[in-house]
Amino acid sequence: MTRPTSEAEYLASLVPASVRGVSRRTLLRGALGAGTLLAAPTLLAACGGSGGSSGGAATGTVTVGSNQSDAVPKAAIQAVMDAFQKANPGLTAKVNTIDHNSFQENINNYLQGSPDDVWMWFSGYRMRFFASKGLAGDVSDVWKNLSGMSDALKKASTGDDGKQYFVPSTYYPWAVFYRKSVFSKYGYTEPKTLDEFKALGARMKKDGLVPIAFGDKDGWPAMGTFDQLNLRINGYDFHVSLMAGKEAWNGDKVKKVFDTWAGLLDLHQPDSLGRTWQEAAQALQQKKAGTYVLGSFLAQQFGKGAEQDDLSFFNFPEVDSNIGADAIEAPIDGYMMAKRPKNEAGAKKLLGYVGSAAAQNIVVKADPSVIATNEQADKGAYTALQKKSVEFVSQAKSIAQFMDRDTRPDFASTVMIPAIQSFIKNPKDIDGLVNGIEKQKQSIFAS
Amino acid sequence: MARRAKYKGIDHLTPVDRVVVGLMIAVPTILVLWLVWVPAIGSVLLSFTNWDGIGPISAAKNVGLRNYHDVLTIYPPFVPALQHNLIWLAVMFLFATPVGMFLAVLLDREVRGSRVYQTAIYLPVVLSLALVGFIWQLIYSRDQGLINAVTGGSIDWYGDQRYNLWAALIASSWRHVGYIMLLYLAGLKGVDPTLREAAKVDGASERQTFFRVVFPVMFPINIIVLVVTVIESLRAFDLVWVINKGRNGLELISTLVTSNIVGEASRIGFGSALATFMLVISSIFIVLYLRIVMREQR
Repeated sequence: MTRPTSEAEYLASLVPASVRGVSRRTLLRGALGAGTLLAAPTLLAACGGSGGSSGGAATGTVTVGSNQSDAVPKAAIQAVMDAFQKANPGLTAKVNTIDHNSFQENINNYLQGSPDDVWMWFSGYRMRFFASKGLAGDVSDVWKNLSGMSDALKKASTGDDGKQYFVPSTYYPWAVFYRKSVFSKYGYTEPKTLDEFKALGARMKKDGLVPIAFGDKDGWPAMGTFDQLNLRINGYDFHVSLMAGKEAWNGDKVKKVFDTWAGLLDLHQPDSLGRTWQEAAQALQQKKAGTYVLGSFLAQQFGKGAEQDDLSFFNFPEVDSNIGADAIEAPIDGYMMAKRPKNEAGAKKLLGYVGSAAAQNIVVKADPSVIATNEQADKGAYTALQKKSVEFVSQAKSIAQFMDRDTRPDFASTVMIPAIQSFIKNPKDIDGLVNGIEKQKQSIFAS
Repeated sequence: MARRAKYKGIDHLTPVDRVVVGLMIAVPTILVLWLVWVPAIGSVLLSFTNWDGIGPISAAKNVGLRNYHDVLTIYPPFVPALQHNLIWLAVMFLFATPVGMFLAVLLDREVRGSRVYQTAIYLPVVLSLALVGFIWQLIYSRDQGLINAVTGGSIDWYGDQRYNLWAALIASSWRHVGYIMLLYLAGLKGVDPTLREAAKVDGASERQTFFRVVFPVMFPINIIVLVVTVIESLRAFDLVWVINKGRNGLELISTLVTSNIVGEASRIGFGSALATFMLVISSIFIVLYLRIVMREQR
């Protein structure tokens, strides 16, 4: 299989297994064709018209439920909504910001009660789950007028019934982040293999640095480390079927992931279970830690300008040369519509707008820790980190979402969070751990 | 002048009175049924299903005792949660409550500035436990907390499971002590001063006066304090939820129920089975309490 040469090809690999229907190889070949089509964006823009001219005369108020409660992304969302109002004089967009974790916890009640017309959500299993439960509105006609979105992104926004339920806005890669100034001060180089990474970690320890910053108080950040190791040790296809509940968690493959992780734990920042990812990111920002395995939203903890320019990353190192290191994680964030929005015309107009390059330019400028999904977005204005992110994802052969977006939410939150936390506390009893996970998995996936 | 008729039972009531009496019985009964019994029985019934919280309950499938079986056999956090609940109850009962009582007795002696002390000790009670959790976070945080900053240590008070339950219990006691103190102080003010004087005349020491005279006289208050302690311990939830969602050494049954039912997980059936366990445990204490109260009334 050849490496993808365009962003469209990369996006083709985002498509989740259940909507693919065809093998990934065939799909990538198809995406090659799609890529050539999309290479002429002006042509498509001409027939699309950014901003979503559909829906006729939409007026009144559109409410937006936003889980972007951190200061930087919150301001970014507000900026987009202000621009939307400016472009559509008859419409008002009202943002209801809800604390990120509370939004996640209450999502079921929220969607079954009286949700906002449009709400922010994630692609992957989590999107398809609500679509299949009839809690999300069909936005297929928004997609008809959306330009600059690849075919692959469209498939990543498609529910099990073949209709679209999601409008992508931004995405961000997971990788190993570091500060360039720290690396040049001590003469470190980016490691390519796990052994090199371990050797680098040992040097960092000698230099008085914590090799890998780590915080898992919220339970989910460590899932990212598991995913990275699993992708390196067992590959993308195994990752997908493991997340789909088709592989045994107590098999040798998963055990090897935990074994390898256990060998790395002494390089991780200690006492991670009492620390949030923001606090761990501060350790990197203050040059107390050498690296941090996290998504690029990490940049939100860094000051704009010089400090962000100092931030860089490398791909999680290769563990097994037969597997390589060309599978990465890059979750997509975006918007969905309520099943019965109070202002459907306005909601669709807004969704058309947030999918447009114009809106995404505002978001990625206000929050430089993410990159735009729309191919017509202005990459010239990207920061060095954003440019590197685009390059990074376009070089990847396959892209996963994230453990809690790729598998059943009940399994991810009630089984995997406690399991990974107990592994971090006691990395010795891996057999007991994976057997426990497998038994719970069988019970949950059977229901 | 008509003589006032002698009351002859319910038949004698005017129609209006009958309606009023009827409503006075019916309204609370309906409220109790609707707000207490329907949810309680509903939870028990749901615990035999696999309902995921979306769509009609009729779509749920009956899975028999599987949820209970899963809780007892393959759900690792359950046993720690049970233990932590009992530890919580024991610490509140054996430590926080006696401290609250002791402070009440001290402050009842009208020491100088007792009002200042009263206010200071009672202040945490006004705060929600969620806020209490946040305040103690500032004290306990490993990297930025007060304790480690002052002592130069690096103990992860809220994250390390060797310490976090006890750290949470101290935060919870901080609030509970004030509550008990206030209740007890009110009780002590109500004790007839002549009893103390009589004890003094008989030559009893301070200790003897309290344990032999005042404490027995305050039986009703003691019962209230006991009940408050048990209720507060069993419903302990907010504080650990604020700390880390009741994971990693802070598991309580209430947090397990919540993390299974609330949120994307939505294992309503499984969570209801956990809630049923909690209902059974609470019932044991309710029965004990009722027995004590009934004996008292006899």
